[in-house]
Amino acid sequence: MRRLLLAGLVALAPLGAETIVIQNATIMTVSKGTIKNGSVVVRDGKIVDVGEKVMIPEGATRIDAAGQYVIPGIIDCHSHIAVDGSVNEGSVSVSSMVDIKDVINPEDIAIYRALAGGVTTANILHGSANPIGGRTIVLKMRWGKDAQSMIFEGAKPGIKFALGENPKRSGNPQGGRGETTTAARYPATRMGVEDVIREAFNQAKIYKAAWDEYNAKVARGDHPLPPRRDLKLEALKEVLEGNRYVHAHCYRADEILMLIRVADEMGFKIRTFQHVLEGYKVAKEIAAHGAGGSTFSDWWSYKVEAFDAIPYNAALMAKAGIVVSVNSDDAEQMRHLNIEAAKSMKYGGMSETEALAMVTLNPAKQLGIDNRVGSIETGKDADLVIYDKYPLSDYAKVQKVLIDGTVYFDRDKAIAEQAAKDAGKQKLLDKLKQQNQTQQPTGGRRGGRGGESL
Amino acid sequence: MKLLGILLGCALAAGAAGTEVILIRDADVYPVSGKEMKGVSLLIQDGKIVDIAPKIVPPKGARIVEAKGLRVYPGMIDSGTELGLSEIPSVRDTVDAGELGEFMPQLKALSAVNPDSDHFAVVRVNGITSAMTFPSLGGRGGGFLSAASGERQLIAGQAALIHTDGWTWEDMEIKRCAAMTIIFPTLTAAGRRGGMPDIPLDVTPATVSGGIANARRVFDEQIAKLNDFFDNARRYEQAKAAKEPDFETDLRYEAMIPVLDRKVPVTVSAGRANLIHEAIQWAKKQNVKLVIMQPLEIGKAGPELKAEDVPVILSRVLALPNGEDASYDQAFTLPAEAYKAGVKFAFGTFTNEFVRNIPYQAATAVAFGLPYDEALKALTVNPAQIWGVSDQLGSVEKGKIADLIVTDGDPLEIQTQIKHLYVKGKEVALTNRQTRLNERYMNRN
Repeated sequence: MRRLLLAGLVALAPLGAETIVIQNATIMTVSKGTIKNGSVVVRDGKIVDVGEKVMIPEGATRIDAAGQYVIPGIIDCHSHIAVDGSVNEGSVSVSSMVDIKDVINPEDIAIYRALAGGVTTANILHGSANPIGGRTIVLKMRWGKDAQSMIFEGAKPGIKFALGENPKRSGNPQGGRGETTTAARYPATRMGVEDVIREAFNQAKIYKAAWDEYNAKVARGDHPLPPRRDLKLEALKEVLEGNRYVHAHCYRADEILMLIRVADEMGFKIRTFQHVLEGYKVAKEIAAHGAGGSTFSDWWSYKVEAFDAIPYNAALMAKAGIVVSVNSDDAEQMRHLNIEAAKSMKYGGMSETEALAMVTLNPAKQLGIDNRVGSIETGKDADLVIYDKYPLSDYAKVQKVLIDGTVYFDRDKAIAEQAAKDAGKQKLLDKLKQQNQTQQPTGGRRGGRGGESL
Repeated sequence: MKLLGILLGCALAAGAAGTEVILIRDADVYPVSGKEMKGVSLLIQDGKIVDIAPKIVPPKGARIVEAKGLRVYPGMIDSGTELGLSEIPSVRDTVDAGELGEFMPQLKALSAVNPDSDHFAVVRVNGITSAMTFPSLGGRGGGFLSAASGERQLIAGQAALIHTDGWTWEDMEIKRCAAMTIIFPTLTAAGRRGGMPDIPLDVTPATVSGGIANARRVFDEQIAKLNDFFDNARRYEQAKAAKEPDFETDLRYEAMIPVLDRKVPVTVSAGRANLIHEAIQWAKKQNVKLVIMQPLEIGKAGPELKAEDVPVILSRVLALPNGEDASYDQAFTLPAEAYKAGVKFAFGTFTNEFVRNIPYQAATAVAFGLPYDEALKALTVNPAQIWGVSDQLGSVEKGKIADLIVTDGDPLEIQTQIKHLYVKGKEVALTNRQTRLNERYMNRN
């Protein structure tokens, strides 16, 4: 037991974290303004001082960031990287028993690439095949660590919901009409999506009531038989109790409003609406419910429900009082969320700080981790990104990324090492080529597995 | 005399599609083809730029646009789109790119362009005034039934260079047939971006998927088919010229004549250096002009591209690297590599929804090593040259079509706002479906 505890403590302390001072930089704290020619002091994985004048601890490693910019680590509220295999358990309409936590792949190169784009934390979601999808997990991009060490300690887990075209279409390529080779999976319409969610919570409430009754009896000193544990309903019970966040994939205004009303009726909260491309049409209702909005900067037109998407969405939702983040949902887009945030300045007239908050402090709030990350403040995790230029510009590039006070990405180092990596790969390829040449080519042979599948 | 000319011009303009005479006054003009001119005036008449000078007396009836502190640039050109042909990619009914058939050079993208596509107004507000629209992009040609028929499309049809504004597709036309789209055979196993698998075919173990020998056989068969078609087209052209008695018009071969006469280039999508090499050698043998689309291995292919004077259309700069081992910034640095190799290049986005972001793609290339001026050229003068319209388009010069943008700053910078936009000398309102929805819901109570 003690050994276990110790191991836990060791895991919490970031290995190799040193005392670092980033000097002479423009520091965009997000929560406390911008400091020109300032410093950030980092110790034991935390920010210990920020300002124009700071006490530099003895033996601190100095990073001279003259002419450069420091922002809080970028947080992506919607990502599917670092998942081993498919992100969709699409065989059922309610898959709240499955958990992304069980399929984290710490070796996914997308983690490194996201890191190189300034992302330090990401909300890893189940796919959108089902009205109620699987459980979600928040990860830090601690590239090189194992799966367990990537998990954001203490971050409240979530669950993915999905509305609209995706859950309609999954298992129903014909939309429930016409001939299909396999049996159609309910639901095939937005009406059905609503019913599936309401029915699931109907069950979850009955389930919760049984447990509440049991717990009350136990509290009174009775010895009742416990109800049967149901892993599917367990996650929904946690939602009803406020112990699990709902991240709901949605596009159209009608379905957003529908979910708000179902949630009101069933007594739970939507933590974030994801994509929420028509959120601007029901911004008032979303704000009243208290949900956040996590949207794309400007993706549109790829499907019918994305045809009313507008690049002003983030700004309009923000103006209605919604906590708004800009997310990627994509391993490429994830690498330049600073540019995507800047688009809300171009299109929606957001201020620099408001825009930057959309990829830092706001997603932190949405994930309930803003006490730890999202801004540059004393006491917060030392998750920092250094850019060579003004970061809300498409000319900026990431120079260094720190997580928990450890430098996880250094552009100069990455570039310097690439040549050796390329040479190493070429050596392996040459070896393979040689091997192949010594074997008889068997091109086009009969009976070979996949011989025709070039 | 000059006055008379101007008066005459006005009269003509009034008759020709309601074109206004516009004087943009006191602007900083960035012609791209030459040095910037600060605080000058620019006169637009009959859809053309007719004068650029420090002081221009406004012709009678001219509309004056005060542009102090603003900048004038040529409108930007996207060299790889399906604009007007594809509205919602996931809905087949709204997509007209990707026809059936093996050899379809007679198909014209232009006449299938929907001038009221919502995409046009969306890309305009970010300064894109013209685009190449392709009957099929990146090997998707004939994608709908080719798997069932076992046939693979080899010629997809004619790509058009169009303005992003106009009442009809005729109105939008800059060049009806600006390129012939070839879906070149590939020499790799099925892969990602532009057919790039993680491991090149020449090191794929011989036991896998038939190995290189089989791939080469399939490739050679398809090249032979392509050559046959070109040879037949050439015989057709000769028979036509010779007025042979049994000559009959063949629409497919007829469409090939401008290609055979080197008046129109063929485009080939090729990522890997070995495929680029094959395409160059093939084009040389067929004596046709070639433009390579979406090249990836510029480092390796650069010398040959330069030596053979083959221009390239680079795909999105904001793209993932090819394979896990590649440098994370591989796609970001590709334009700089092309520049260093001395290869002529322009930018394309290859997906309609990304067209409006083409200036920001170019800016990323600058951040990763491409000289700024070269990025701007790759959106203006370079594509105009590559598509054979540099006498009309691509720079702010006297006599050129007035496709212009007036901005409050560097057009590649995301924070910059476009203040005015002119297509063929007509000021086009910077509104679209999205600005209208914004206005509407901004005022929701």
